[in-house]
Amino acid sequence: MAIDLLIGAIKAIVILLVVLNLSAILLWFERKGSALIQDRVGANRAAIFGVGKRLGLPNLGLQNTLMADPLKLFTKEDFVPDGADKFLHALGPFLALFPVLVTFAVVPFGDVFYIGNHTVELQAAPINAGALYILATIGIGVYGVALGGWASNNRWALLGGVRATAQMISYEIAMGLAIIAIVITYGTLDLQDIVRQQGGVWFGFLPRWGIFLQPVAFVMLLTAGMAESKRVPFDLPEGESELIAGYFTEYSGGKQAAFMLTDFAEVVLVAVLLTLFFFGGWQVPWLYSDGFHFGSHALQLPRALVVIMGVIAFWIKVVLFCWLQILIRWTLPRFRYDQLMALGWKGLVPLGLLNVLVTAFVVVLATGAAR
Amino acid sequence: MPVALFIFLALVSIISALGVVVQKSPIHCLLALIMTLVSIGALFIALDAVTVGFLQIIVYVGAIMVLFLFVIWLLNLQAEPVPAAHLGLKFFATIAVAGVAAELFAFMARTKVALGAVTVAAGYGSIDSLAQTLFGQYLMAFETTSILLLVAVIGAVAVARRAAPERIVAPKQETP
Repeated sequence: MAIDLLIGAIKAIVILLVVLNLSAILLWFERKGSALIQDRVGANRAAIFGVGKRLGLPNLGLQNTLMADPLKLFTKEDFVPDGADKFLHALGPFLALFPVLVTFAVVPFGDVFYIGNHTVELQAAPINAGALYILATIGIGVYGVALGGWASNNRWALLGGVRATAQMISYEIAMGLAIIAIVITYGTLDLQDIVRQQGGVWFGFLPRWGIFLQPVAFVMLLTAGMAESKRVPFDLPEGESELIAGYFTEYSGGKQAAFMLTDFAEVVLVAVLLTLFFFGGWQVPWLYSDGFHFGSHALQLPRALVVIMGVIAFWIKVVLFCWLQILIRWTLPRFRYDQLMALGWKGLVPLGLLNVLVTAFVVVLATGAAR
Repeated sequence: MPVALFIFLALVSIISALGVVVQKSPIHCLLALIMTLVSIGALFIALDAVTVGFLQIIVYVGAIMVLFLFVIWLLNLQAEPVPAAHLGLKFFATIAVAGVAAELFAFMARTKVALGAVTVAAGYGSIDSLAQTLFGQYLMAFETTSILLLVAVIGAVAVARRAAPERIVAPKQETP
């Protein structure tokens, strides 16, 4: 009992730390990546006593992003504007960050393994309605930006908050429809089960990944997810040329850092969802629980190694999708507001409904109406 | 469900429900209402009604409360000042509230509520059993309700729709 509790606590802490660190590294990646795309040098100034330079190492800006910036943010004055609702102003950033972080509780990042007679699910909270849980926590996430923007007593912040709220609830529907199509395809809400069903191959070589069954849902989830994370090309709530910084105009220091962290945690979340639903989660192509099999070739591997490879494969896929989102962010310009709403309501929602309908028909035809 | 968990969730929901009524600022009331709905959703989940619990949070917290928020913003509701004390009004209101409370108490003291664990079938509250009930036993009622909602949605759009305004064309810029 005590050991099971300890294992649960360790899993929860590990996934939280991985997500937080990945978010921070993404910030660095975004700075250097955008510099690369725009043919600039990027962050390269801060150095600790010039140690790297003396050793002849190139300055990659890691000290800037991972040490100097957080230090600066958390030692800054925590400014609260006059006439602001102090309680909600303080609550806003955490109301935004918290739902995103708890979503990772149901994410299965590896196969089951056994220590002695203990079964360890590599999932912080193995619940059987994981897909519903994800939709619920994403739904709660709206309030952080909405109330943060309202509580600042600033028109730009309020406008940003209103825009963010409208945008997020519009794209939540598209996201929900994409997830419903996947749930119908696999016949379960359990994320670990969805990943399990993506093991194995078709035609002897093609991995059974969801992307081949639900390509439309993939595009929808990627688009809606990027809109949920409120980053370019969907960054109208921040729109710095129109609204200064939108809903976090009046935030400084640690609270502003919390909003920034939320953005990056959402990028990681979208990447995780795409990996789970469409790219086999922790499944490695042609790797089974006893080793590699490809056609008639086989390579026996111990169970522990297979599980570890699965965990590594999961995070590699997640990082790839984070990279894809950052690439899109620095490639596309910002949408106009009517384009944003038209894409959501006239494009994604009807497409999602159609996708659900077609999926349901195909599933019923394939499995027989009376299961 | 462990008793301690039930007591905790019940206390949270009751206290936040009080917060909806007692607070003056509409946004704070809304936040308290969200808290109530989340804790009731958690109660459902703890009672094995997992699907209903999550749907409660998705629909009420994720959608309907956002609508409330928009209404508060659009009407620009501010914190209501306390109405000027009219002593007679307060007096009669207190008597009325005390009467209702006494009636509720008398009514609840009479009813016999069987407390204790109830065994339910395996898979109770799962999405399977919910779907079996909705699309088997209550299919007719379910479909009728959905048609009713659809009619309401179309009606709302028809009422709210105005004639499309003339498209405003920007005057052509003269190039010097």
